[in-house]
Amino acid sequence: MNQAFLDYYSLEPLTGWIHRTLCGVMPEDWAVFLEGLVIGVVILLAYALLAVVLIYMERRVCGAFQCRIGPNRVGGRGGLLQVPADVLKILTKEIIRLKKSDHLLYELAPYLVILASVVSFSCLPWHKGAQVLDLEIGVFFVLAASSIGVLGILLAGWSSNSKYTLIGAVRSGAMIISYELSLGITVLTMVVLSGTMSISGIVESQAGGWNIFRGHIVAVVAFIIYLIAGNAEANRGPFDLAEAEQELTAGYHTEYSGMHFGFFYLAEYLNLFITAGIATTLFLGGWMPFHVAGLDGFNAVMDYIPGIVWFLGKTFFVVFLLMWIRWTFPRLRIDQVLTLEWKYLMPLSLLVMMVMTVFKVFGLVF
Amino acid sequence: MTEFTLLTVVVLTAIVLVAAALGIARLLAPRSFNPQKGEPYECGVPTRGETWFQFHAGYYLYALLFLVFDIETVFLFPWAAVAGKLGVQGLVCVAFFLLILVLGLAYAWRKGALEWK
Repeated sequence: MNQAFLDYYSLEPLTGWIHRTLCGVMPEDWAVFLEGLVIGVVILLAYALLAVVLIYMERRVCGAFQCRIGPNRVGGRGGLLQVPADVLKILTKEIIRLKKSDHLLYELAPYLVILASVVSFSCLPWHKGAQVLDLEIGVFFVLAASSIGVLGILLAGWSSNSKYTLIGAVRSGAMIISYELSLGITVLTMVVLSGTMSISGIVESQAGGWNIFRGHIVAVVAFIIYLIAGNAEANRGPFDLAEAEQELTAGYHTEYSGMHFGFFYLAEYLNLFITAGIATTLFLGGWMPFHVAGLDGFNAVMDYIPGIVWFLGKTFFVVFLLMWIRWTFPRLRIDQVLTLEWKYLMPLSLLVMMVMTVFKVFGLVF
Repeated sequence: MTEFTLLTVVVLTAIVLVAAALGIARLLAPRSFNPQKGEPYECGVPTRGETWFQFHAGYYLYALLFLVFDIETVFLFPWAAVAGKLGVQGLVCVAFFLLILVLGLAYAWRKGALEWK
């Protein structure tokens, strides 16, 4: 990509200027405190707004795929006010206190689920210079943070003192930890290709071409494995057997009501977005524009589109793919889910990683 | 700002999100007492027997296998970041490391640990 445009669209000068100005009028500790407050509010707003957009999108996409209408009454054409109406409803529902549950763990579970999702959410690279947590060990940190979520699910299922929730939680736990392996190994494959673990570093290493194009067919296979494993990580169909409603009512969150339940719902949708966002970062170039080698005029036009448009465009494309998968395939059984992971995806992803390393070592990647 | 300050900000944001939303819900939501509400939901049928029961041992087996391979991934991450620079020697070393692990997987497979019974 053209370096001039990278610098032109970078947010680093802006954030640096804000920090210097604030330090000019107040002590540095106060400036840091104020900036932290602003960052927190921005994360909260982005998180809530994306949840609303994703829930609305899921309803419309699912309606379209299954030849039914979807929400179309509340708020005029298209049911635009359906999700705000749902939010109000969920806020005004009674939060039930169970008689024989483990109260501390029962209250702790939503905190853990939301914590895992917010921390990995703030690692997403929205734009050059617009990334809250940009650690040296970026992708590794995202994997570590998102695996706290499974603790929340297990606690929720175990502490609510009901048979359905316990079965749902152990199923979900076994599935999530199994698919974490393929997920981790495909992420490793892309780390091998990019030569760095930092998220901004991975995006910048794709300036000459997205990883999915640089890594031949191997990267495409890794992308598909990542999508399958990511779908399972986000607990979404065809892997939603933790909440198979025909057998377990609602799985691990059966006993949660009102806003308590809302957190699990919120985290599910944001985890979908995070999975898609990490897929975009690792395979589709993050906020890098689409270039075709040789077509300089076309590339120059693509450079004009800001990075955040590219990032959101690609991420929502991946979200759409995942929704397509969810509403098309029937749910699997637990033994089929585990067989798919341990006998097919895991050996395949190990093979993909070794082939990618051979390509990288002998300089066969583009 | 340092990375740890930022991480603290993010963690606090998550906690504030949950606490604030729960607080609002507690203010807005109605509250009524009914002895039936505290019971576990089992489709309207009164619950029978112990609810914290023993579950399928298969889940435990998968958790053990997961532990081995997850730690393997942790070991591989530092190598992956420099795999291109280490060249053929690094490749051969890691190939042996993976071979031992794949043998472990093959052993578990042969022993039937991957079958759901």
